[in-house]
Formats: sequence, structure tokens, C-alpha cells
Amino acid sequence: MDLDALAGCLSSSACLVTQTTSGLIIGMLLFLVAVGLTLIFGVLKVVNFSHGAFYMFGAYFAMTAYQFTGSFALAMLAGAAGTAVLGLIFERVFMSRVYGADVLMQLLVCYAFVLIFDDVVRLIWGPEFKSMGMPSAFQVMPLFIAGGVVPPYYLLLIGVALSAAIVLGIGLSRSRIGKVIRAAAQNPGMVSALGINTGLIYGGVFALGGMLAGLAGALAAPVRSLTPGMGFSVLIESFIVTVIGGMGSILGALIGALLLGLIRSYGSLGFPLFTEGLMYLFMVIVLVSKPTGLFGKEAA
Amino acid sequence: MTELEAGRAGTLAPVRGGAALGRYRDVLIALIAFAVLASLPLFTGSKALLDFVIRCSAYGLFATSLNLLVGYTGLTSFGHGMFFGLGAYSFGLIMQKLGVPIPVAFVATLAITALIAAVIGAICVRLKEIYFAFVTLAFQMLIHSTILSWASFTGGDQGLRGGIPRPAFLGINLANHVHLYIASCALLILGLLAMRQIAQSPFGYTLRMIRDNAARASFLGIDVWRAKLTVFVLAALFAAMGGMVMALFVSGAYPEFAYWTISGEAIFINMLGGVSTFLGPMVGTVLLLLLNDTVTRFTEYHGIVLGIVILFFALGLRKGLLDFVAEWFSQRRDAGERR
Repeated sequence: MDLDALAGCLSSSACLVTQTTSGLIIGMLLFLVAVGLTLIFGVLKVVNFSHGAFYMFGAYFAMTAYQFTGSFALAMLAGAAGTAVLGLIFERVFMSRVYGADVLMQLLVCYAFVLIFDDVVRLIWGPEFKSMGMPSAFQVMPLFIAGGVVPPYYLLLIGVALSAAIVLGIGLSRSRIGKVIRAAAQNPGMVSALGINTGLIYGGVFALGGMLAGLAGALAAPVRSLTPGMGFSVLIESFIVTVIGGMGSILGALIGALLLGLIRSYGSLGFPLFTEGLMYLFMVIVLVSKPTGLFGKEAA
Repeated sequence: MTELEAGRAGTLAPVRGGAALGRYRDVLIALIAFAVLASLPLFTGSKALLDFVIRCSAYGLFATSLNLLVGYTGLTSFGHGMFFGLGAYSFGLIMQKLGVPIPVAFVATLAITALIAAVIGAICVRLKEIYFAFVTLAFQMLIHSTILSWASFTGGDQGLRGGIPRPAFLGINLANHVHLYIASCALLILGLLAMRQIAQSPFGYTLRMIRDNAARASFLGIDVWRAKLTVFVLAALFAAMGGMVMALFVSGAYPEFAYWTISGEAIFINMLGGVSTFLGPMVGTVLLLLLNDTVTRFTEYHGIVLGIVILFFALGLRKGLLDFVAEWFSQRRDAGERR
């Protein structure tokens, strides 16, 4: 415990800015992963335990594309589009076989793919740490806000994630396809009886979820190191986010992710060794006081 | 319901005389199993084989105890591994710091586990399904984080090193490999027998009713919360027993024992062996350990192989091996009776 460091930071505006920004980027990346998870759970009623793998693939795809083309935009595109295709294939070929089966069976299929995907990455890219490196466009002077240092890339990252959140939120509530998706979440039988291909919707939602996780991985690639097991910790954290926010709630995922990001960034000052513990403690407190999460609907 | 099915259902209902008979049969099977296992060192000098059985004992106790929750009560715990880790750490710490005789440390560990499980369980069993799963996972990771960050007491990420003292008691010297082997087998068989008794007792049938229809159980005057809490604590005790066997075997305790992947493995073992037969988890344990040992010997990419095997079980059989076999036999018998 190092409460002095925490108190010292809270009284310095420079430190506040730095810690809050780093909390925000952790939170935004987590949100992108968690929102896919919560969307898949909301519509398909499947807890996608292999979701972290899409984050991992997004990062590796982006790194590879960047090495070949040198274009940051293409790298992001490769991360997002590649994982979308992967998600679609994965859902249609494997997950669609265990809908309605025991939850444990679904979990087992996902767990199998966590193992397989990690080894596939190890086979293709090797077991060692990789790094994509910061694109030259962002290798410029950092911004100074109230004495705090903020790299421009952080602003881009927050901006992209925030836009994704807004597009997703509006798309789901206003657009026709958003309404169909929400209807399919409520009553798939009825939607299918109206002549809408629910299999396509399920595949699409899974691909969208995979794409968001892949985008998060691609955005994280310049600032984090890449390893075959990198999806795992992200998976656990995004699970905490969805559970805190309420399974199936997009607003909940956003709030949960931001809270968790801030807990991580300030917790690492005050409780360097117990930062992870703080997140779990927070989750326990939320679940005990509100079992369905902050924005979750009452469980059926 | 056809006449035949009605007849079968009749024989399945627990009859007082039949239950007593079944109990004697279970004890007899346990005695025979113990005799077979205990005589193994007479026939083979293979240390690797004995080690394998010891590891099976540790994991088998742990996985079977999880099935009390998952298979019998319908409580899918993602955090059962915390009690495995708690057992290993409590036992190791008591032996290292206090130097009491092993049986005292054994009982003290069970008492500590029961206390902690009662507190955690009281919070968790109020929640349902996926929320129960996640809150147990959170508690497990909380304990894992505590072990990591309380380095002065637990050794942090290095684990409890320096070996666990194993002084002899009652002529049993657990530092001796064969003694340790026989003690592990004895704990396994005793633990399995005790769990079998719990599963077949009226309490065990109460648990099945809660699993199938908690509302009905509640209407019939059963305190569902208390029954769930009781089985949660009982399962924790057997998991801690597994943890103690493991701590004795490796002469230490490591943070991985309390990491969530160990719970994942236990769930995997249960699915592999089957959750609707009592011995399913035991079969799963042997299968997984065998699989792990052989696959790691042949390839460094054992995740791929293991993953494909899991897919075979999940998508192909759609249930654990022993469940599959049991169902196959009962279908054959039905077909035979109809003919």
C-alpha cells in the first residue's frame, strides 16, 4: 500500500491529468472488447469465452499489415475486418451448433478455441513478445494539459473508441437493422417467423462483436506488447466490465469500462500490488449490492 | 409414460432398505478400490505411476467436489479453485510456521476453509446462474491477488518455498514416497466415499430437487439458501483436501493453485468425464492428466491437440464420457427389454 503516493497525485493537477488519461485509454479499450461481449450475450445468449482471442488477433493482424504496408489506417482496417471475418466463420461453423445446449457445453467449445487460437498465434507469429511500434505520424511532441503529459495517440484512441460507442448506440436504437437485432434478442422465434434470417443476424452480431474486439486489439498494438496469451487478461477484465455494467447493457459496458480503467490507473498508485484485487473487490461489492449489475435488467 | 418407464422410475426411487444396501455396496467398492490402489507399489517400482495416482487423488477430490455443486445442485462455480488453493496454502503455512503434527494441521485447514467458505458462500449463493459464476470467480481472483500481494506472509509470486515439513506421525512418514502414496489413496477413497454418501443421502436428493426446480423445493418447506450454503461449504472442504494432497506432493504451494485457470480445468474435467454420474469427474481427471502428460511429450503445441479433443467431446458426444457410456448402456438395455 502506498497511500501517500495516491494522496500526492490527487493534489497535483499534472498527475491527475496523466492518471485520468491513462485510465481513460484502458477504459476505452476495455469498452470496445466488453461491448462486443455484452452484445453477443444480449442477442445470442452465449457467454463468449473466446472473445479475448479476437482482441489478440486484431493486434497481430494490425501489426502484420503495418509491417507490410507501413500504413496505420490499413493496419486498423486489417485488425477490424480480419477479426470480423474470423468471428463470422467461428459463429457459423462452431458456435451455432451449441445454441440451446448446456451453458457448460458452450463454455467448453469456447475454452477449446482459447487453447487452439493461442497456439495458432504461437505457430504463426512465434511465442516471444512482439511490438508494432508507434506509427511515425504520432511520433510528435506530446500535448501538455495542466502540466500533465498526454501523447496525441491517446487522444486518437479515445476518439475512435468514443465514436464507435456513439455509432453503436445510435445504430442499435434508431436504425432498422438495430431494431431487428434488438427484436431478435427479445424474441428470436417471432423475428424468424416474420421472414428474417436469424442465423444471419446471429452471425452478423458475432462478427460485429469480434470486429470491435479486433479494433481494440489493433488500437492497443502500438502501445502494448503482443504475446500469444494477451487475450486472456483482457477477457477477464472485460467480463468484469460486463458484469458490473449489467450483462447485455451497452451503456453499462461504457460506464463499467471507464470505472475499471480509473480504478486500474489510480489503484496502481495507491495499491501497486493489489491493483487487480481492487477490480475484483469492486465487482464483488457491485454484485452483492445489485446482483444484475449497475444497468442490468432483472434476470428472468 | 409407458408402463416400462414407470416401472424403471419406481425402482429408481430411494427405498429405505435399498438405500442401506447401496451404502454397504459403496463401502465394499471403496474397500476393494483402496486395496487395489494400495497394493500397486508391490507390483511396480515405477515412481512415475505412483506420482500419477497421487496427482489423480488431488485433482480427483477437487473435481468430484465441484460436481457436488455443478452436477447435483446446478451451481456452476467458476471459482471453486480458491478452496483448492486455500487448502494448499493454509496447510503449508500451518506446517511451516507452527510446526504442529500433520493431522492437527489437516483439521485446522478444514476448519479455516469451512469458515471462509461459509462467509463467501453466504454472499454467493444468493445469486443465480451466470452471476453466481462470476461472483465466485471474483472471490477466487481476490484470494489470488491477496496471495500475490501479501508477499511477506505467502511468499508472493514465488509461492511457499523451502518445502513443507512432513514429520512422521503414528508410524506414518509422509516424506517417504510410498507412505505419501498410500495416504493420498486413502484420502481419495475416504473423500469419494463421503461425497458419495452425501450425494445419496436425503440431503443429496434435496440438492437435486433444488437443481431441477428451486421454487418447488422452496414451497415444500426447504430452506434453499441454507441447503445451497451447506453444499457450498461441504464441497469447499473436499476441494481443500485435494489442495492439501497437492501441497504434500509438491512440498509447497504456488499462486497458480488459486488462479482461476485451475477452476477452469476442474470444470473441463467434469465435462470430460460427465456430470450426471458420480464417478464421471474421476474418469475426467484420469483422462485429462493422461492427455496432458502424453500430449506435452509429443508436441509443444498441446493447446491445439487438447482443444480438438475438447471439441470432440463438446460437439461430438455433447456430454462427458461416462455419461455417454451410461446412456449407451441404458439404451441398449431398453432395446433388449423391448425385444
